[in-house]
Amino acid sequence: MIDRSRRQLLTSLALLPVARSVLAGPDAAAPRHTFAPPDSGREVMRKRFFPNVPLVTHEGKHVRFYDDLLKDKIVVLNLMYADCTTLCPMITANLLAARKILEQRVKVDVFFYSLTIKPVQDTPEKLREYAAMHHVRGKWLFLTGKPENLEELRLRLGYADSNPLKDRKDKALHSGMLRYGNEPLSQWSSIQGSANPDWIAEEITYVVPAAGLKTAPNQAPG
Amino acid sequence: MYFNSRGEKVSRARWKEMYNAFQNRQELIKAGLTSRRDLFRMGLLTSAGMLVAKSGLSSWNGGGDCRYGNSGCGTCASPVTTPWTLPMPIPPVKQAIPVSSLTGPAPTVNPNTAINPATGLAYEGRTRANQAPALGFPFPAGVVYQVTQQQAQINVSNDLPLQNLWTFDGSSPGPTYVAHYGAPVLIRNINNLPSNNGGFGLNSVSTHLHNGHTPSESDGFPCDFFAAGQYYDQYYPNALAGFNSTHIATNGDINESLSTLWYHDHRENFTSQNVYKGLLGFYLLFNQYDTGDETTGFRLPSFPAYDIPMAFADRCFDPTTGIMAFDTFNTDGILGDKFMVNGVIQPVLHVSPRRYRFRWLNTGPSRFLQVYVTDLTSPSTPQPFYQVSNDGNLLPHPVQVPAVALGVAERADVVIDFSQYAGKTLYLENRLNQTNGQGGPSGSVVSGGQGFLMLRIVVDGPAVADNSVNPATLPAYYALPSVSGSVAVSRSFNFDQTRDGQWQINGKLFDCNTVRFKVKQNSLEEWTFNGGFGWSHPIHVHLEEFQITQGAPGLYGSSSDDHNDYSRWGSQYCWSGCSGSSSGVNLSRKDVVRLIPSGNVKVRMRFRDWLGRYPMHCHNVIHEDHAMMLRFDVATTGDTNSNP
Repeated sequence: MIDRSRRQLLTSLALLPVARSVLAGPDAAAPRHTFAPPDSGREVMRKRFFPNVPLVTHEGKHVRFYDDLLKDKIVVLNLMYADCTTLCPMITANLLAARKILEQRVKVDVFFYSLTIKPVQDTPEKLREYAAMHHVRGKWLFLTGKPENLEELRLRLGYADSNPLKDRKDKALHSGMLRYGNEPLSQWSSIQGSANPDWIAEEITYVVPAAGLKTAPNQAPG
Repeated sequence: MYFNSRGEKVSRARWKEMYNAFQNRQELIKAGLTSRRDLFRMGLLTSAGMLVAKSGLSSWNGGGDCRYGNSGCGTCASPVTTPWTLPMPIPPVKQAIPVSSLTGPAPTVNPNTAINPATGLAYEGRTRANQAPALGFPFPAGVVYQVTQQQAQINVSNDLPLQNLWTFDGSSPGPTYVAHYGAPVLIRNINNLPSNNGGFGLNSVSTHLHNGHTPSESDGFPCDFFAAGQYYDQYYPNALAGFNSTHIATNGDINESLSTLWYHDHRENFTSQNVYKGLLGFYLLFNQYDTGDETTGFRLPSFPAYDIPMAFADRCFDPTTGIMAFDTFNTDGILGDKFMVNGVIQPVLHVSPRRYRFRWLNTGPSRFLQVYVTDLTSPSTPQPFYQVSNDGNLLPHPVQVPAVALGVAERADVVIDFSQYAGKTLYLENRLNQTNGQGGPSGSVVSGGQGFLMLRIVVDGPAVADNSVNPATLPAYYALPSVSGSVAVSRSFNFDQTRDGQWQINGKLFDCNTVRFKVKQNSLEEWTFNGGFGWSHPIHVHLEEFQITQGAPGLYGSSSDDHNDYSRWGSQYCWSGCSGSSSGVNLSRKDVVRLIPSGNVKVRMRFRDWLGRYPMHCHNVIHEDHAMMLRFDVATTGDTNSNP
């Protein structure tokens, strides 16, 4: 693998200085790559987006992000922090309502995970308080851990602004979005956290196989 | 702790370098200097082709450009590919079949909801009856097709592995439908896509006929999706808009004729993934004037020999596996660094020295294009050509242009006379620089030969007869139907993003079940589109076309980066949005309009002939998937909600 990347790098370096003559003259020699075999869909997603970092749940349990939280599951992810007074409580409330509706529509488990963007102040105890305050029970974990691990997750999951300075000033610039997906089927997308809970539940069913649905997906009546 | 944009840990020093690179890049973009040659001239590039270390131009790969098959000009770093090795594919023309040859039960006016014992699902995914038969259209239609959505292995470059793409009938772009006004079409659309998606894509689909004057149940509404194992019979009446309207007395208005349409997946929340994966193709409409035969009617170059559809796309490929990669959690917009035409990276087209009609289409997902014809032996020489249509509509007459700007889903038919270029090699070049999903004037127009070369055109074909009309003689096509008269309802739409990253229209989010407003059939509506700060959006309305009465955007560029003396093109050059009424190529009917940051565009239209649900949305498919869309219904009674 290292050999190949080095070869690729050398190939591209070799092409650069002669780039203009390549255009003026006949075709350049084809850069021949040796590629790694294609990954399965879930491996594509895992390698790029889901580092297996250690985290701590609001119940104080130590878990790994991929192995324990995502693997083989249908999940919904969002970002929050306990002292947030605007968006986070609203999205938490929305997710609670959506989860109730979802229970009427699906037969399978859907796991909810809320990742703090302020892991230093959001200790497991503090997250436990937050969960209790919102009457969160069941398959919904609030997650904290080492700041570098939470930061890596935030960025990998696309919660970063393309301008690094803007992003450092405000880590919540994209936090209105929920990620959801079916890990084994590598079906993933995003939902707006401020959406109507009924619609959030509806979109989550998009990644639930037909056998896991209590009713057929709603195709907009009327 | 510091991270790069991929979430990989980097040192503080490297992060500062990344930020410097970001700032440098913004400055260079403002200055219009992003080509390798410019960088070299500025001393930012060493003679070995490496960027000067402390001021690199990309946060993670050293700022390649894509002109020569290099990588890194988008938001990804694909493997290097050799350009101009594969011929440009021309999608096959779809062949009709007898209705008796359809797979499965015979077509029905009402949805066939009987359970297919083989799948346990309803045979058909449709939920509403066909409207056309009640209005006198034949059923089943006289022309019947069957198309299958399926995975296929596609070669996009000899330097990359075969790609498992999602296709119509095994090709991407899928087959081209050649349809005629007055000949309704029924397409049995079979979903045979696998659940194994290779990392992105949902095998639940809704196929939209883009720009079609199509009844709601056949339009490809985002929530009219159907599952693998089901079919959906789509009925395209191919009738002139206005055939059932009250404002004109004819059986449809010939001036509403359409020419270049395309079809693509529109599955709610997964459109971007499914179209990226290949679910798109062309649908061409001909009539007694636009005949496809250069000896009759408007005498445009003959189809298919000299009338060629071209779908532009940009994509990312994984540097390790060489497999097409989708940036799943990027909700701003995805920019690829590999430019494809009809599904192949930087292909070659051989032409004869005569006139050709090219039908250009920007399929996205997010990038804005400004396409030029470039002769690299004299890259700064303007190579003007004639634009004959805007989106699916022929213009009142051809307009000579230096370039064509295309937001996602916009189309332009152009006529290029290659007799003046016999023996030469030319390129289609996108000169609009764009560095993130925001698009538009945050990019700049680079000088000739410094942009992204998308297609090599070699004028080495045999000399052949050319019976097409010279567009320089300014032949008349269709007149513009009137949109004057009293407006029944004025509505205003703001396209913006919340501070926490949710795309919205008028501060609201899309959902299929919420009817945001009702349009009274046949009444004249005026809509104002307002762009939020910092972002460009290509806005698309289903069912009907509008005319832009104010604020139409022209070509990108500015006097400071004007390499081609735009002033000679008069009103074509109006990049920041022309404040007055439309002119030039904007004096047309359209179904997509580019909305620039803080721009205001006024359009007028009537919704005729069909009733039911339709969406209006941003056609940056990433924004569209994430709620920058709304549902409106056309009904016999409407509302007057001015800010729905």
